[in-house]
Amino acid sequence: MGRVEPVAVLGIGMHPWGKWGKNFVEYGLVAANAALKDAGLTWSDIEFISGADTIRNGYPGFIAGATFAQALGWNGTRVSSCYAACASGAQALANARAQILAGLCDVALVIGADTTPKGFFAPVGGDRKDDPDWLRFHLMGATNPAYFALYARRRMALYGDTHADFAMVKVKNSRHGLANEFARYRKEVSVEEVLASPVVADPLRLLEICATSDGAAALVVTSLDFARKHSGLSGAVKVAGISTVTPSFPNTVIEMPNFSTDSAVTHEISGPTFRDSIAWAAYEEAGIGPQDVDLAEVYDLSSALELDWYENIGLCKPGEGARLIRDGDTQIGGKIPVNPSGGLSCFGEAIPAQALAQVCEMVTQLRGNATGRQVDGAKVAVSANQGLFGHGSSVVVTK
Amino acid sequence: MLCLMEIAKNAVVAIEGWFDPSPSNPALLGTQCTECSTFYFPREELFCKNPRCSSTSFDQVRLSSRGTIWSFTDAQYQPPPPYVSGDPFEPFALVAVELEREKMVVMGQAAHGYQVDDLSVGMAVELVVETLYEDENNSYLIWRWKPDGASKTSKQAP
Ligand SMILES: [Zn+2]
Repeated sequence: MGRVEPVAVLGIGMHPWGKWGKNFVEYGLVAANAALKDAGLTWSDIEFISGADTIRNGYPGFIAGATFAQALGWNGTRVSSCYAACASGAQALANARAQILAGLCDVALVIGADTTPKGFFAPVGGDRKDDPDWLRFHLMGATNPAYFALYARRRMALYGDTHADFAMVKVKNSRHGLANEFARYRKEVSVEEVLASPVVADPLRLLEICATSDGAAALVVTSLDFARKHSGLSGAVKVAGISTVTPSFPNTVIEMPNFSTDSAVTHEISGPTFRDSIAWAAYEEAGIGPQDVDLAEVYDLSSALELDWYENIGLCKPGEGARLIRDGDTQIGGKIPVNPSGGLSCFGEAIPAQALAQVCEMVTQLRGNATGRQVDGAKVAVSANQGLFGHGSSVVVTK
Repeated sequence: MLCLMEIAKNAVVAIEGWFDPSPSNPALLGTQCTECSTFYFPREELFCKNPRCSSTSFDQVRLSSRGTIWSFTDAQYQPPPPYVSGDPFEPFALVAVELEREKMVVMGQAAHGYQVDDLSVGMAVELVVETLYEDENNSYLIWRWKPDGASKTSKQAP
């Protein structure tokens, strides 16, 4: 791929995460208007609106871009809507960037918002015997945490990670999230409290598995030219790389919602896994490597999964993730802070908004505005997540 | 009336074509590409997923009925529908099993009565067929993985 020209982030906006029980459009409007205000722009300045879809809120959710355009007031703005599971937000951002870099527009608004049901994510309703997402619940009772737990157990067997290692991730993130006004859970927990919470999917406990939340995040992104002319700012934070990679065959790690991995009889398995490949595509576009990163926002669907991400995005070698959490390297003030926002641990997952929330946090950090959780001197940040059915997502932002 | 419920139910597979439920010789039913030999479970019959192969020809194959545990977990809380839970809900273990010949990992529940304390990564397991759930007329069969020669965790208090 090689290097890709950056775009500027002029505005960020969020609606607080929680279980508010309102329509997702309301959250999206709050985030969008906050991002416009932050950018010093109005809706009429927007030339392209990119929505990240939600699949749990009926038709308006499937065409989120148009839903938000109508809510803000039809004005002929070009639109796109996309769904990529947990990676939807990054994909919506990638669509906006492509329009800008192609010269089709200068100013774009990206929005993701969700209203979520209580409890485990269940498949979309109906009797669908050709949908693996439906079948894995029906035939195996395999919930999302079950897959996270398989990875956690594997770490324990391969690398000797312990329950306490996993609990320390939760403890760190609970501290980070304390000062984040958009986080849903702002309460410090101890290792003892984590280990005393009930097991959901062995070895993962209730406090180690991310909840589902309502929430919304929005970005105003522009061409570098527009950013210079509009604000005279040379210091706007930039999106320097976006990864939307899919896996490479054979994908040899079992993934939601599958019953099996690919068969590797035709290939020697030696290359990186899918999760390993995700951030590297964004690094390559940005022309940087993991050694350049000052902070990371990774998708801690479970405490143990955060340790996998340390290795996947190159903060350490395979098997060394637990050492980073034991040594305090990934807490604010450590060598490479991870999830200074508090992560999913403090937010809970609002699927189409989450990858955008990661970008909002990185921009806040690089602007030096992360009061109470600031990573000193942060200049380069990377986010990573992975969506169901093979959606990689990673964004590099630079100062 | 009550005695009617005791009558043996019709045993049917919970999903058609995914496994052979024969008690003496159960097996997962997959396919294999006739050109590149890649295995598939569930079956692939349209187009080979190996990007270097464009075969549309597949043989049905019985997958290895023995493998080793890649990883394992359990469900301590009742999964949401369409999982059909017993009443009361009984926690169950799940395993991901590495098949050597097929070079793939296949998931399934652990055999009834086996809990995570009975399992470990690398442990040998074999395929068995058990009842997943029942309704008025049928009992629905599913494949499960049973530790080879291991004994179940004692349910008795120490
Ligand atoms: Zn083939």
